[in-house]
Amino acid sequence: MDPLIIQDHYEIDYRHSYAEDSPFFVALTKGKLLGSRCTACGYTYATPRSHCMECGAPTSWHELPLAGRVHTYTTCHYGGELFLKETPFTLILVEFDGADTLFLSRLKGAEPEAVRIGMPVVARFAKTPSFKVTDVWFEPA
Amino acid sequence: MRPVYMISGGITKFAKAHPDKDFRLMVKQAYDYALRDVPKFSKDMIDGAVGSYFSDHFTRQLKAASMAQDYLGLCPKPSKRVEGGGATGGLCFQSAWEAVASGRMNCCVAFGFETMSRVNTWKGNEFIALASDTNFDFPVGGFYTGYYAMMVRRHMHEYGTTVEQMAMVSVKNHMNALYNPYAQKAKRLTIKQVRESPMVATPLTMEDICTMSDGAAVCILASEEVTAKVCNRPVTVTGVGSGSDAMRMADRPHGNVILLPHERESDYAHLKYPGVHSFRGGRMAAKLAYQMAGIRNPIEELSFVELHDAYTSSEIQTYEDLGLCKYGEGGKFVESGVPFMPGVDYGLELPKQGRLPVNPSGGLLACGHPVGATGLMQAVFAFWQLQGTIKKHLGNDRLQVKNPKRGLIHSHAGTGTYITVSILEAP
Repeated sequence: MDPLIIQDHYEIDYRHSYAEDSPFFVALTKGKLLGSRCTACGYTYATPRSHCMECGAPTSWHELPLAGRVHTYTTCHYGGELFLKETPFTLILVEFDGADTLFLSRLKGAEPEAVRIGMPVVARFAKTPSFKVTDVWFEPA
Repeated sequence: MRPVYMISGGITKFAKAHPDKDFRLMVKQAYDYALRDVPKFSKDMIDGAVGSYFSDHFTRQLKAASMAQDYLGLCPKPSKRVEGGGATGGLCFQSAWEAVASGRMNCCVAFGFETMSRVNTWKGNEFIALASDTNFDFPVGGFYTGYYAMMVRRHMHEYGTTVEQMAMVSVKNHMNALYNPYAQKAKRLTIKQVRESPMVATPLTMEDICTMSDGAAVCILASEEVTAKVCNRPVTVTGVGSGSDAMRMADRPHGNVILLPHERESDYAHLKYPGVHSFRGGRMAAKLAYQMAGIRNPIEELSFVELHDAYTSSEIQTYEDLGLCKYGEGGKFVESGVPFMPGVDYGLELPKQGRLPVNPSGGLLACGHPVGATGLMQAVFAFWQLQGTIKKHLGNDRLQVKNPKRGLIHSHAGTGTYITVSILEAP
């Protein structure tokens, strides 16, 4: 006998708290990019975390420059189902002067062939915030 | 700790879908295969089991390992599930090793499976991407191929690695799989065909990336006492190591290389490590496994490697993490022909063909990657290699490495967040 196959739908809404990372998402609505700086060793994170991965001490909020450089990049022609309709899109890791780590974001307004490692980029912010990390993206400087 | 032996293994064919069997039946078939291979072994010698599957989203059945445990008739023996992303199978193998090495069990079964066919490919990619930070990474365009594409772009920038070198990995692994009836996607390819297949995330094409699969694999590990009773060609697990790295690749440091015994600090005077171009967790896993197994120079002391080639790029990156070549030389390493099988015509110029075959089975690229089974599948292929029984199990001996002494298996999760390395040795 052939196996019997049925369709089974599943959907759920989560109540999600940004908890200790909340100030980062609020700052995006004010056109600011917040990283973290360790209060003990000074290690500076371009993606925030409230405790230092190097020494374990608490970090303080640290405002990042809005200009950075492309550390690496890719243009996605496929993606997870949620993002398929947005393809092709370009992902970059951004490096900032004065930060020890990087920040993942989208690069808009650049032809995929024109993107280079080291390329200067600037942050842009959504006028109507969705309170997601996509409230910020980068464009060529 | 006491010596641990692998005494048997079994796998199902990896396929796009097995609608005719659920995960319990797949595990049972791999388990029965393993039992048939050691006729003197009996079920009452088993003290417990470790089950592995990656995703509750794919399975849509929590506690699925309990259902495999009861289906195998192993209740009420001890059991647990191990989960660690792509490294789930490798972690499961090491968990079973721990049970026997510690003396808690004399015999432990490691079983793993995944049923990825239950959703479409792009929903599957979305599930997998949920294994990236859901606050900072996933919403930006969560897609693992995109993450790996960014990592290899940086590898190309640091070292001059080329897309053609990556394509050579694809040619090698897909062609090896022509001789492996368990593989899902065996085929003859050229570098040109790899590059001309649809672009997924620049510079990775469809043929640079492993596929989703349904499948199961089982390993039986035992103490010396049990092994002596039932198995005349056991394989010894002489080294285990594992490592980790930050979930967000943006958080990876740019510091100093973790050195292996055959390397010097001066080899990497200007290298910022691991950045996003290398897997620090893989290097840590290798270092610990080599230390336990007494390996000083892996390229000289290993007979073959089965590594986690979810992407052609990550195979090249992993050559370096494992110290098969220096950091930066991974592209040249594949070009030299060292990781190809001897005696197979790949249609490529390979001056050092076959010196250290990597992924003789075809790896994840060609066998498929049913996540929870994958790391155990590598162990089963390595076991058959070291027993010299490839012909018996695959029906031909084209992939049998000649007189292998030592094999390495490598299982890898996320963007390098958990990685295991285990060393197996011939009888």
